[in-house]
Amino acid sequence: MSNLPANLKYTKSHEWVRAEADGSVTIGITDHAQEALGDLVFVELPPVGKSLSAGEEAAVVESVKAAADVYAPISGVVIAQNSAVVDAPESLNSDAWSAWLFKLQPSDPAAIAALLDAAAYQQAIDAE
Amino acid sequence: MTRETVLNAAHRAAGAKMVDFGGWDMPLHYGSQIDEHHKVRQDAGMFDVSHMCAVDLAGTDSRAFLRRLFANNVDKLQSPGKALYSAMLNPQGGVIDDLIVYFLDETHFRIVINAGTADKDLAWMNACHAEWKHTISLTARRDLAMIAVQGPNARARALTALPELAAADALSPFFATAIGDVFVARTGYTGEDGFEIAIPAERAATVWQALAAAGIAPCGLGARDTLRLEAGMNLYGQDMDESISPLDAGLAWTVDLISPRDFVGKAALLAHGQKHQFLGLLLEDRGVLRAHQQIFSAHGEGEITSGSFSPTLQRSIALARLPLGIAIGDHVEVDIRGKRLAARVLKPVFVRRGQALI
Repeated sequence: MSNLPANLKYTKSHEWVRAEADGSVTIGITDHAQEALGDLVFVELPPVGKSLSAGEEAAVVESVKAAADVYAPISGVVIAQNSAVVDAPESLNSDAWSAWLFKLQPSDPAAIAALLDAAAYQQAIDAE
Repeated sequence: MTRETVLNAAHRAAGAKMVDFGGWDMPLHYGSQIDEHHKVRQDAGMFDVSHMCAVDLAGTDSRAFLRRLFANNVDKLQSPGKALYSAMLNPQGGVIDDLIVYFLDETHFRIVINAGTADKDLAWMNACHAEWKHTISLTARRDLAMIAVQGPNARARALTALPELAAADALSPFFATAIGDVFVARTGYTGEDGFEIAIPAERAATVWQALAAAGIAPCGLGARDTLRLEAGMNLYGQDMDESISPLDAGLAWTVDLISPRDFVGKAALLAHGQKHQFLGLLLEDRGVLRAHQQIFSAHGEGEITSGSFSPTLQRSIALARLPLGIAIGDHVEVDIRGKRLAARVLKPVFVRRGQALI
């Protein structure tokens, strides 16, 4: 489908990952994830400085309906969190691609390449 | 196999996100459950509640049968059309279902039961009938569709859409009337004014479209749940079930233990008494209260039975089963993912008629 940004990487657990020029990565949840969750009302982000392993629970997003874990797509240290999205969780519903959650400094930059590209992620959600 | 109401195609055409609810394929929302919630609090919304089951009771012993079957006392029903909320208990005093019974005349009552419990309710009613041998008949009305129209402007908009129901304008709260083959009740499950309308299934889609054209927003079960939670109304299967006494689920006001009348479950209620209180919680920290979260207090532990984000209050609220001894205004702690967050104990009514009560 054409609406998955091609410049992002993805995970099967519905995170998007953007490699930044400075070597960090920015992480959010996909449009598919926000759509499935419904109206989001609460976001809890990992503190700056926290070390995360790939696949570890990193953040929580809660809709009126349910709570969902957000996992670290790759290992690294949290270097920033988006406090605007904590104050306005509904921004995840209006634009999941710009409402990022947190940034990581990867422990192994090569791990980014192993994530899903847009076509592979599309296949994963089609198979759900 | 999931079951579908006669309005299923209308929901799908309107872009509803569908979910399985008690074995029925029902709309969760049509885009935003929060928008739908506000629409009901501020104007008018409608819900397809055709998955719920109307059961018509007829016969000369109708009142005698219900006196024994229900925990609330049907002798409170003396004016034709009057409605009564009651629990139906098992002999152990657990709640088989909660329901509304409408008094039409001495030989006719209508009972509206929950969707997921309808089959077991009917089996229980028939088993009681087989044992008690009253002169009655029970008829499940799966030929009817039901639409709940709720909100401060719901009655006016509904009567604009359906002028043939003009006589319903005179209904007092908690009364119903039959107008031709349409049954209109001034009842609901949102804390707002409105009607619940039962119509022959074949006309449901036409009526739904007419109500929509009059500016009544289709609303899904998601908004229905946050509305009833704000209004402090119990949800069967969540706030109480067959293992829970109505006295521990905030339903003591619906249980008649004063009259000498005997009813199923009465002996068990009298023997066991009340063991818990059922109260409201307001989360003081950021987060969302959810069912089954554990509560810690100076008087012991408790459990949330229903919790969510309140769109009206913009805070998280819950209904909870708490130890005796906790008072309104007390502070308790709730375990949310291993963290203890602060909550305040409130009367379990948060919003009524558009007004915040906290």
